[in-house]
Amino acid sequence: MPTATPSPKKKKVNRIGLELPIYRGSKTTLCAGCGHNAISERVVDACFTMGIQPDRVVKLSGIGCSSKSPAYFLGSAHGFNAVHGRMPSVGTGAMLANKDLVAIGVSGDGDTGAIGIGQFVHLMRRNLPMVYIIEDNGCYGLTKGQFSPTADVGSTLKTGVVNDLAPIDTCALAIELGATFVARSFSGDKKQLTALLKAALSHRGIAMLDVLSPCVTFNDHEGSTKSYSYAKSHEEPIEEIDFVPYFEDITVEYEPGTTREVTLHDGSRLFLKKLDEGYNATDRAQAMRVLRETRARGEFATGLVFVDPVAEDFVTSLNLVDEPLASLSEGRVRPSRSVLDDIMGGLR
Amino acid sequence: MPASDLAVEERPSTSLTKPVVNDFSIQVATVNGSGSQTANLVLLRSIFQMGVPVSGKNLFPSNIAGLPTWFTIRANKDGYIARKKEIDVLVAMNAETAREDVLGLRAGAVVVYDEPLKLDTVRDDLIFYPVPFDTLVGEVSRDVKLRRRVRNMIYDGVLAKLFGVEIDEMEKALRKQFGTKPKVVEINREALDVGYAFADAKLEKRDHFRVEPMEGNQGRILIDGNAASAVGCLMAGVTVVAWYPITPSSSLCETLISYLRRYRVDKKTGKATFAVVQAEDEIAALGMAIGGGWAGARSMTATSGPGISLMGEFAGLAYYSEVPCVVFDVQRVGPSTGLPTRTAQGDVLSTAFLSHGDSRHPLLFPCSPEECFEMAISAFDLAERFQTPVFVLSDLDLGMNTWMANEFEYPDKPMDRGKVLDEDTLERIGRFGRYRDVDGDGITYRSIPGTSMPAYFCRGSGHNEWGQYSERSDDYKKNVDRLTRKFETARNWMPAPIVEINRKARIGIVAYGTTHWAVVESRDQLVAEADLQTSYYRLRAYPFRSALASFIERHDRVYVIEQNRDAQMSTLMRIELRAELAGRLRSVLHYSGEPIDARSITDDVLIQEGYRVEYSAFSGAVPQDAGVGGE
Ligand SMILES: Cc1ncc(C[n+]2csc(CCOP(=O)(O)OP(=O)(O)O)c2C)c(N)n1
Ligand code: SF4
Repeated sequence: MPTATPSPKKKKVNRIGLELPIYRGSKTTLCAGCGHNAISERVVDACFTMGIQPDRVVKLSGIGCSSKSPAYFLGSAHGFNAVHGRMPSVGTGAMLANKDLVAIGVSGDGDTGAIGIGQFVHLMRRNLPMVYIIEDNGCYGLTKGQFSPTADVGSTLKTGVVNDLAPIDTCALAIELGATFVARSFSGDKKQLTALLKAALSHRGIAMLDVLSPCVTFNDHEGSTKSYSYAKSHEEPIEEIDFVPYFEDITVEYEPGTTREVTLHDGSRLFLKKLDEGYNATDRAQAMRVLRETRARGEFATGLVFVDPVAEDFVTSLNLVDEPLASLSEGRVRPSRSVLDDIMGGLR
Repeated sequence: MPASDLAVEERPSTSLTKPVVNDFSIQVATVNGSGSQTANLVLLRSIFQMGVPVSGKNLFPSNIAGLPTWFTIRANKDGYIARKKEIDVLVAMNAETAREDVLGLRAGAVVVYDEPLKLDTVRDDLIFYPVPFDTLVGEVSRDVKLRRRVRNMIYDGVLAKLFGVEIDEMEKALRKQFGTKPKVVEINREALDVGYAFADAKLEKRDHFRVEPMEGNQGRILIDGNAASAVGCLMAGVTVVAWYPITPSSSLCETLISYLRRYRVDKKTGKATFAVVQAEDEIAALGMAIGGGWAGARSMTATSGPGISLMGEFAGLAYYSEVPCVVFDVQRVGPSTGLPTRTAQGDVLSTAFLSHGDSRHPLLFPCSPEECFEMAISAFDLAERFQTPVFVLSDLDLGMNTWMANEFEYPDKPMDRGKVLDEDTLERIGRFGRYRDVDGDGITYRSIPGTSMPAYFCRGSGHNEWGQYSERSDDYKKNVDRLTRKFETARNWMPAPIVEINRKARIGIVAYGTTHWAVVESRDQLVAEADLQTSYYRLRAYPFRSALASFIERHDRVYVIEQNRDAQMSTLMRIELRAELAGRLRSVLHYSGEPIDARSITDDVLIQEGYRVEYSAFSGAVPQDAGVGGE
């Protein structure tokens, strides 16, 4: 594990004594201004402030510009850049091998919504403990700008081609499938995205974040509904989020009735200040309603759309021994001679 | 059975004077879903218990109920357990196929049949034993449901009397099957007795087949290959299992799951030392196995041809990013959905090179339950030693049929976890480079996530020896050339072939997997019928050893015998052999969906060698459209 090197200038360290640079990755090779880069920075911030141990993290991704980004954060963590759309299964296997890992998955809207929709569906359904970020730009960046399944009806390509197929709303789909933490955000909304990522890291179960992340090269023009300007003018936060990590005390007072408090798995707390009257993020039906209504208005709702902080996650449901399966010694996994005798006895 | 298997004269087994002891085949023709499986297994097991070498093969449709099924038991005192081409005794229970089944028999064969079928009018050169099953079952029970269930047990009783199978052995076999359900044992025993008594009173023995106790089966068990593989996986210490149901591999995982639940759950805490996931498809199943292997688990999946096809992209990822995992391919007939319930060795080439680009994978070829067990254990060791997916190519015949086997031996070697980076190694090698060949054998060190060893970024895209993304030609070439070197190292770690050199032989035989059993018998036939001596090289793995080339060198012609249309193993061999040696290869190919039999091989070799001009019969085709529906 990387440890903090004492420096004369007394650099800022986090709660486990590590400096921020340890949470950075290699230099990005994505286009300047790409939303994905901003998201990587938020991941760095969130992991640093949460004091996540980098050597417990596994970064997983599929294929695409977005899927390259795990190389650009947490350079001292293991990473697996798998095949297009099929990262969820690799993450599942890794978590089964070692349930103590912190899995951070990064996908694209094509990687998730097209080729990977099958694995996405089952990942949500299984409630695997994993932070799953969709860097959503409504197009395929890496293959030069074709429409993806999250492109809105009427949105245009640079060439003028109009999309006339209805988009897949990955948040609505995830909620429908039983995901236990579903959020939507915007790469340009630093404060909200960081709060959501920290909350996601505190959640035990699938934490799905669909993050609007404009592709400056292929989908940032007028006519696109995934451009910076469109996102800025149509983002509709459904609540104000305050995240209080389990290792900090609450310093703000909340006016009764205005705020809903959610305690996450690790003891961290979320204070969700309602902007939409009567909205309750722990209610699936209301979450679906908000998504539908904002979409009908041409806006996109951001914030923590749905959370179920108590549901059991997939790995826990398997009732595994305390140590990671991967580190069990031979004596624990190879049954004794008498077991083989017993089996043979039944077949004689 | 099938009419095309017409009259193959093996040896005059029904000579009127001599009784034929412990050497015949019985085929039971029923309808699937009718509960005949119990009766068939009891018959098989009771002959086994009498010490007579046996094998049981089920030819069944891809359907849940209502279509024809044939179960063939071969008893053979000399230990030949391959499928026998000709049927000596037919038990005709299925009205739909009975006529055709009877027409397919050779003259002199025996037919036990359901009386109302009036089969004795079909031919006059067979020995017929009519049995009024419906009347007899009435004596056992009045309950319609129960009657249906035990109806088939009556033929066991009849056969016991006719051929001298001991009825007490049948009861013992029943107990084995229904151990905890004495009522069920009891009613089945009644059915046996009713059949026995009927045969005793009403049937005059006119054939010459007999079962007599012998000392053939000490230390032996009866098991199917999938269960044997499952025991192997259990003993190999598998920790992550991901699978998607498909015939004929499902029972491997299902049996494994039952063993894991039984033997790998902590008695005190109830906690498991394994994780099993029924994945959403085979792509996900292999993805999970890869994720598990990467994170340090012993992981596996099991599938059949269609699943293998789906796994292509992930197989290439695991090969190139060097992640260990084990894949069982219980082969069935392709292409496409093919014949889901018939056997083949048709995935050799597609699996050896599974995925695009220059991908290559080690393959293991078990021929018996013992080898399913041993190779399952080796597969995990090899996968971790070579940090690559290892494929175990079994087939439906081995996986789903019941085989005699020697009791499995407890593994005598500790698990080989391969080159996993630890503090000491790190100190020795200095800087960690995930793909840096420090030992010169092509195998590099890997660090396991979560163990505080230096991390690396695992990827299917181009990378250099430090594990960094690279599109440089020199990095690419260096890396894939090292992968070749690793594959070369693997040659001598793979299970060695079993070679039998016959100094008098000009002819060599190469075979693998279940084809072995028919080869053993055929080699004896070749000597008996044409004094043709052969040497034999039983391949057990790919990459091949250099001994293969030396074997071919010793012989004028070498017959590669396999169960596919396209001579796949022969093709794989030709890639590596000098042209001169490749020119000595001949093929004997069997691809009817039925397990290969000795007669077909013998005929084919004798024709190719110029001893004969034509086949004794067409090489075992299955003409009828036996199955539609689910697979
Ligand atoms: C099996 C397969 N098909 C196609 C591709 C080509 N491909 C690479 S990235 C990509 C789309 C990526 O789009 P998205 O997931 O939205 O990510 P972005 O690049 O926009 O961040 C495609 C189609 C591939 N790598 N693998
Ligand atoms: S092409 Fe688009 S998505 Fe890809 S790096 Fe550039 S801006 Fe980002």
